[in-house]
Amino acid sequence: MATDEREQVGKIYAPRPYNVIGKSKPRIDGREKATGSGKYCGDLRMPNMLYGKILQSPYAHAKILNIDISEALKIPGVVDVITSKDAPSLKYGLSPARYDENILCIEKVLYVGDKVAAVACVDEETCYKAIKAIKVDYEPLKPVLDYRTAMNDDMPQLHADFPKNINTEIHQKFGDPDEAIKNAYYSSTDVFVGQRTYQCPIEPHSAISSWKEGKLTIWSTTQTVHYFQHYIAREFGLKMGDVRIIRPLVGGGFGGKLEPTGLEYCGAIISKRTGRPVKMFFDRHEMFAHNRGRHQGTYEITTGVDKNGKLLGVKCDFLLDGGAYTSLGIATAYYAGGLLTLTYDFENYEFNLRRMYTNLPACGAQRGHGAPQPKYAFESHLDNVADALGIDKIEIRRVNSRQSDTVTINGFGIQSCHLGECIDKIHEVTDWEKKRKEGLPKNHGLGVATGSFVSGAGYPMYRNDLPQASCMIRVNEDGTAATLYTMSVDIGQGSDTVYCQMAAEAMGYRYENMKIVSGDTETTPHDFGAYSSRQTLMGGWACKRAGEDIKAKILETAGFMMHLPPEDLRCEDGKIYSMSRPKVDSITFEEAARKYFIIKGPLVGTGVYSVPRLGGYFKGAAVATSPAYSFCTQAAEVAVDEETGQVDILHAWDVHDAGQIINPNLMKGQVHGAFTMGLSEAVSEQVLFTDAGKIINPDLANYRVLTAKDMCTFSNYVIDAADDPAGPWGVKEVGEGANNPTLGAIRNAIKDATGVSVSTLPITAEKVWRALREKKEAEASK
Amino acid sequence: MSSMLSEKFLIDNDGIQRFLVTINVNGIDYTRMVKANTVLVNFLRDELDLTGTKRGCEMGDCGSCTVLVDGKPMNSCLMLAVEAEGKQIITIEGVSTSENLDVLQEKFLEYGAIQCGYCSAGMILSAKALLTRNPHPTYEEVQEGISGNICRCTGYVNIIRAILAASGQEVENY
Repeated sequence: MATDEREQVGKIYAPRPYNVIGKSKPRIDGREKATGSGKYCGDLRMPNMLYGKILQSPYAHAKILNIDISEALKIPGVVDVITSKDAPSLKYGLSPARYDENILCIEKVLYVGDKVAAVACVDEETCYKAIKAIKVDYEPLKPVLDYRTAMNDDMPQLHADFPKNINTEIHQKFGDPDEAIKNAYYSSTDVFVGQRTYQCPIEPHSAISSWKEGKLTIWSTTQTVHYFQHYIAREFGLKMGDVRIIRPLVGGGFGGKLEPTGLEYCGAIISKRTGRPVKMFFDRHEMFAHNRGRHQGTYEITTGVDKNGKLLGVKCDFLLDGGAYTSLGIATAYYAGGLLTLTYDFENYEFNLRRMYTNLPACGAQRGHGAPQPKYAFESHLDNVADALGIDKIEIRRVNSRQSDTVTINGFGIQSCHLGECIDKIHEVTDWEKKRKEGLPKNHGLGVATGSFVSGAGYPMYRNDLPQASCMIRVNEDGTAATLYTMSVDIGQGSDTVYCQMAAEAMGYRYENMKIVSGDTETTPHDFGAYSSRQTLMGGWACKRAGEDIKAKILETAGFMMHLPPEDLRCEDGKIYSMSRPKVDSITFEEAARKYFIIKGPLVGTGVYSVPRLGGYFKGAAVATSPAYSFCTQAAEVAVDEETGQVDILHAWDVHDAGQIINPNLMKGQVHGAFTMGLSEAVSEQVLFTDAGKIINPDLANYRVLTAKDMCTFSNYVIDAADDPAGPWGVKEVGEGANNPTLGAIRNAIKDATGVSVSTLPITAEKVWRALREKKEAEASK
Repeated sequence: MSSMLSEKFLIDNDGIQRFLVTINVNGIDYTRMVKANTVLVNFLRDELDLTGTKRGCEMGDCGSCTVLVDGKPMNSCLMLAVEAEGKQIITIEGVSTSENLDVLQEKFLEYGAIQCGYCSAGMILSAKALLTRNPHPTYEEVQEGISGNICRCTGYVNIIRAILAASGQEVENY
């Protein structure tokens, strides 16, 4: 619109829809990361700082009879040792009904790695000596290690308020799935099994706590400073305003840095006792023990379809291993079935789930949250249905594909959905038709799957009426820089960069002049932080509105300076010009900003975003609501070695409907990372335990994350659509939806290559080899 | 351990030997008393405040602490500081001057090869060693060259592209 107007007045500028967004601007934090000058929490040092560690339980389930800290305190350099007697006994967790975790265990330990005591010493080395010198008498109890039998009568109960070890139970029913499946042309049931995985951010968790004169300040490796502030203030009975959480650079989170750990709590207690700042940290082994990674689960799916493969009714029965505490697991549980209705449109749906307590590390929110494993099961099942009916794998997805302006059976409103175009595009770019007609080389396979995800959870984690996001922009006194203040958290995904792009676009300013202060509860206005892929859309609205606030003030001042009505002025890329009088000299943003400061003082703009009420009225209706949903398709071509079962990923494709792209380079990086994490989970990663509940592979040599050598070449495609009115400029999420299809696409490709279905993750060479051998033996015996 | 080294140690009351060592880091000789059990990564970070070298796993698995030792990429968590006596160490802080970035750093920024940044220092140093011994690597050689460095964010795609671009090869950007 502005473009057309400009053309009419003599093309002062070449028509460009946007000046700042839609461009691969360099990361705002890129240089400090490339040169090593950027500071992560572990790089920080305070004067007089102590170092601290947590003593973790060696037993999966045991009574604590006695803790003797006397020997530890005798070691030179040990300054303090605390146990549960020194910590608040108030339980914490995600929701009041499931507050089930203590800072330090009081009577029992519930997993190998549970928090028993904490030490603070003059250096790191002494911490390890002190930990070893603490004598704990345990009475080992029978552990619950298998979630499939955790509710049996002969199993001990972990938490007093949760009989049969059922942490969460969900029963949702929409329409009449039994009738629909009974009357269907074809119906079938499949069961798939997922594994425990861990986020494995490369940066280990750490926290520096300093409690001085009634105020607690914590620098932490966190994805959300707001929730840390909330949980920590509650635990210590402090006012929110007396707790300051600061995020230094964060080296990846993927959901693993969403809750305060013992590091923040214990560090705070010791700092209060000693009057010194305390740095507490996990090593790699302790990170695995703390966990909060992906739940493992068993996923039974029954569907009924018509002869074209159109889904008529769907029934899901899921069982999740939650580990010892709730963590974010109640949300995981609802997401597991809730999100399955997004990509495919069906009218009859039943979703049953139990999340079990076990004496294993607690599970939480890992990238894609509850969705990737159920989606893997669903996409695998859908391929089986297509095989049974002799329907093309892309065709069955096409006939079920969701359309724009529809509502899912469980009440999620979807305004913009270009999944159909994603399916068409993947068909084209994979050369699907030709490969299907002419066939692939022997032992090669091609698999496809679809994905979708929320662009931010519609409701916050605990009940409150705060807006989802807000921000403030302050232009400096001579207009040569503008600083964006936001409580959002950049954990590597690039939110600081895209926030500055969006703000500059809305202000009519330049990205290169933007600065940002983010993730500090004391200097920045409220935002819930980095989870549920919420920041670009939700924080984006706040940036846009704050930027427009600035622009209105700039234009008013410019109108005064240029003797023209502000309505006649445009401000783009730092230049202010008249629409009606092209011969009037333009002025700069800087000049107008400087004048504003002289007349009125600081030039500040603010913006806020609240989500409208979303979702239905049934129990759990709030989870998986969102203002907008991304959609995508992924395909992978694999080659399987018949002799060894080794799967080689040859190439992968992603087609994405993520609305308006703010930064193509960062957006594609998100897709690469999400796909690779999914691929790694599909063929390699699994946290393994001994029969005493100890982790067998708590290190990066034995817990195999894919390396550059394992990664295939990759093609990105983006659907050019920015028509979702729920997002600023039509933006939608990308970071988590991009691993929604991955597990399914890989499984389907391996099935296509070999003809055998491995129904448990990860699909290792050994499992493929065994399945191939069984197939051969079955053929031979015929 | 060199004989020279063995002549200048003392033992503190914790029973651990201390050695006076001179280590050249980023072109500067640093003479420090180090404990026999201090690993190089902690020497760099705690003694010299060169925190660009990251600790990711402390077991030689992740590659975040990669530095160049006499030009070769090494996990500095697996090397004792006393073993670095008389060696030339290059850390990420020594890769560029304050104003001019190394071509690898430039390409990492240009091609979106950095996300959280925690693996970046080690990744850049492994890439630097690769390009020094093989100025025009193939795609597969780049994969091989950085296979000791784990990245959890990027899927390696843009890192490989950046390294190929830094070697002078034409790589289309997004």
